[in-house]
Amino acid sequence: MAWTRDQMAQRAAQELRDGYYVNLGIGIPTLVSNYIPEGMTVQLQSENGMLGMGPFPLEGEEDPDLINAGKQTITELPTTSYFSSADSFAMIRGGHINLSILGAMQVAENGDLANWMIPGKMVKGMGGAMDLVAGVKKVVVVMEHSAKGKDGSMEPKLLHRCTLPLTGTRVVDMVITDLGVFTIDKHGNGGMKLVELAPGVTVEDVKAQTEASFTVALGEAAQKAA
Amino acid sequence: MKKVYPDAHAALAGVISDGMTIMAGGFGLCGIPDLLIEAIRDSGAKNLTIVSNNAGIDGVGLGVLLETRQVKKMISSYVGENKTFAQQYLAGELEIEFNPQGTLAERIRAGGAGIPAFYTKTGYGTLIAEGKETREFDGEMYVMERGLFADLAVVHAWKGDTEGNLVYRKTARNFNPMMATAARVTVAQVEHLVQPGEIDPDHIITPGIFVSRIVHAPNAAKRIEQRTVRKAA
Repeated sequence: MAWTRDQMAQRAAQELRDGYYVNLGIGIPTLVSNYIPEGMTVQLQSENGMLGMGPFPLEGEEDPDLINAGKQTITELPTTSYFSSADSFAMIRGGHINLSILGAMQVAENGDLANWMIPGKMVKGMGGAMDLVAGVKKVVVVMEHSAKGKDGSMEPKLLHRCTLPLTGTRVVDMVITDLGVFTIDKHGNGGMKLVELAPGVTVEDVKAQTEASFTVALGEAAQKAA
Repeated sequence: MKKVYPDAHAALAGVISDGMTIMAGGFGLCGIPDLLIEAIRDSGAKNLTIVSNNAGIDGVGLGVLLETRQVKKMISSYVGENKTFAQQYLAGELEIEFNPQGTLAERIRAGGAGIPAFYTKTGYGTLIAEGKETREFDGEMYVMERGLFADLAVVHAWKGDTEGNLVYRKTARNFNPMMATAARVTVAQVEHLVQPGEIDPDHIITPGIFVSRIVHAPNAAKRIEQRTVRKAA
């Protein structure tokens, strides 16, 4: 059984550590905030200028001056601070944020990431994604393992080289898909390793849906964390 | 010198011209100087270059300047929520220069601080770096980006005194403080206009030196783009 969106978010939450400052992207990464382990203190950063992001407001308590980077209404916490976009990206670019969890269209085996434009289609812009992947210490991608075409075809998203315009070069440390977890040696030549499988998924299943070369080192991530 | 003007139109009188570059504060519809944007529309100025993180939505914020086709070029990081924008862009009537959000913020900060260029690792090896100078520092590659300085900046603040000292509220701060520093003329709309001394000097975010003109906007409409709520436990 492949992981659901929530199970992928739950797996990504295992990368959190006590005291971390974390930026979560839109989509599945946002769900990670539901799985912060009890007793662990994690401050969520929103790149529009807030640290210490609280949950969505109760109905009637929405404040148009208080939104996250997805323009959703949110709330503040006792630990909250507000700052300008320049200060926000000083945190991001300056390496002060411990972990960025974001979505992707394609990831290459060397850690290259593409998630902001498809040539020929309307381009909306990269927002803060290029700054996040360039500056944050650890970058975790959470995405579906393959892209499903309208005709039911499956296109691999884990590739030898990205075919879409890049968001960053050699920036991804870990990829969590519905089939499993990969680590990437983005600064060295260690390439991509499959370190975990979703329950019931085999290495052969993963290979069938992956263009990128990877070695199999099941259990390695778990050992490192222990 | 009096900085306070009776309304947005008066505050912009004599400072708007065709072809100028205007910075507009805000993130999405949060902290946008909506009354000043409407006054820019009413001025009829054409061929504007607008520096703003986003492009508003249809009929709101910078969306009103797109509808009247007063904008020639946008310098932004994300423009996803605007159909008018998409139509004009796809028809070749509107130019867009995408900047990574942090690069945009820093270009404005640098421009206001008299720094003509700086190096960032953001975007190295991507389309954004094409044609730009790159350089290695301490074993890492960086891209040179230029500071940005505009003819006019329009910003929104929560509170301002008659000297132009400004305070922002929550995430409505965003790009407003840097933009206030990075233009020949900065005009601020403030929700609460107070006398000097009423804001604790320790709490001032934008010192009045950066602000040329102020207009009181107590009834600025604040729109929510994505209303998200949770259920009471």
